[in-house]
Amino acid sequence: MDKAHKILILDDDNDWLTLSREMLAALPSRPEILTANTGKRALSLLESEPVRLLICDLKMPRIDGLQILSIVRRRYPELRTVVLSALEDEEFRSRAYALGVDLFWIKIEMQRNSKLFIECLESLLGRDDEPGFRGIQSKSLMDIIQMECLSRSSTVLRITRGPLVSKLWIQDGELTDAEAEGVRGEAAFRRILSWKSGTFENLPAEPGRERTILKPVNALLLETAQDMDENATPATPEAVEDAAHRKTVWKLSQLTRAGADFVIAIPPEGMGEPEALGTQVVTPLVQWTRHAAAIAYRLGEQLEAGPLLQVSGQNLERQVLVLGLNERLYLVGWPADATGNLLERSRKLVASWDS
Amino acid sequence: MGFLKRFFRGRAGVQQLPTGTVTVDRNGHIVTSTVSSVYPENLLRDISADVLALFREARTAQMPLAEISLQFGSLHITARELRGGAIIFLLPQTALLPTPTPSRP
Repeated sequence: MDKAHKILILDDDNDWLTLSREMLAALPSRPEILTANTGKRALSLLESEPVRLLICDLKMPRIDGLQILSIVRRRYPELRTVVLSALEDEEFRSRAYALGVDLFWIKIEMQRNSKLFIECLESLLGRDDEPGFRGIQSKSLMDIIQMECLSRSSTVLRITRGPLVSKLWIQDGELTDAEAEGVRGEAAFRRILSWKSGTFENLPAEPGRERTILKPVNALLLETAQDMDENATPATPEAVEDAAHRKTVWKLSQLTRAGADFVIAIPPEGMGEPEALGTQVVTPLVQWTRHAAAIAYRLGEQLEAGPLLQVSGQNLERQVLVLGLNERLYLVGWPADATGNLLERSRKLVASWDS
Repeated sequence: MGFLKRFFRGRAGVQQLPTGTVTVDRNGHIVTSTVSSVYPENLLRDISADVLALFREARTAQMPLAEISLQFGSLHITARELRGGAIIFLLPQTALLPTPTPSRP
């Protein structure tokens, strides 16, 4: 017989804890429910009990939910986390997701849609960490597209890979349009299929959407698979050089389109050479970036300040951001007058660079 | 006093995050500070030394910076260069505070 999972609910409101305990007792998997009304108590319980899922409030005295989530993400990376808050603010939602929580629910919504909430929790409790697209495990994006087309569906597939978002429009089982990283049509479809992981969701169909893809989906999938194979194993030295040249041109176009001054991609020491576009001063900047990241990670640990989100700097001419993605560090330089959310823009730039 | 603490010592200690402003000279000495005196001074000195090192090495890398910001999940550290020293702003990110908009030079 399977051992029941343990759920820990953290909230400073004791009445809410009682209510939640009663509600979660109705979960089909009959988990054991633990409660804590302070962050300290919750951390003690997490140390002593093998908890599968933490449900955490945000607004609490002394140590708030975001601080607790920062700590548990670092100490217990396998723990599933759900934020259940009365704060109806998108900013808190995005900050919680930036900390890596699995779900964010508003308390009043949870009471209104308790059945859906219970289903979400049940799914989180049962989910194992396997590679692939969340929702349908061990299936590639090609499989998912084929399934939608074979079942003659009409839907919009929204695919997310980190900060990158793309969409595929399927109407009566035919792929009609694709959009990714500022391009549409077949080119966008090929870019989406080059993504190795991510999440997807089905949105309602848009029958009025202009059709940009006329080829049958199977032909497109075959062509894309062949392209990917050829790129992965170029046959001749000329083909290798040509592929590298095309890659550099594509990266430069991404840099220009984003409006950034330069990007330096820095692998871990001893794992290859840094790659720079838009700047000649590479070695000193690589050294500074590595040292800045090392200092920041150490300070974060020392101060128990949660995960490092970004390191940035600026002077009268330039703004720079240090980001980490897939074991590599990136130093992105922007003009001093660049506006908007530079963190998000940098993430998109390096994610498309990396994909 | 303190007898019971020997037996009931908390296993999961949580350190409070620093909040306030610290001014340091070019040698890393703290000149002024509005951070609570309860907060360990050696940690403040570590923050100051790291921030000054980042400014110094940025100059060496031909990229002198006027401001450096380190953003963690629960704490933002913003430092402005002051003639070799720095003024450092320590702002915990709690659910009760809005995220500050990055300042412009």
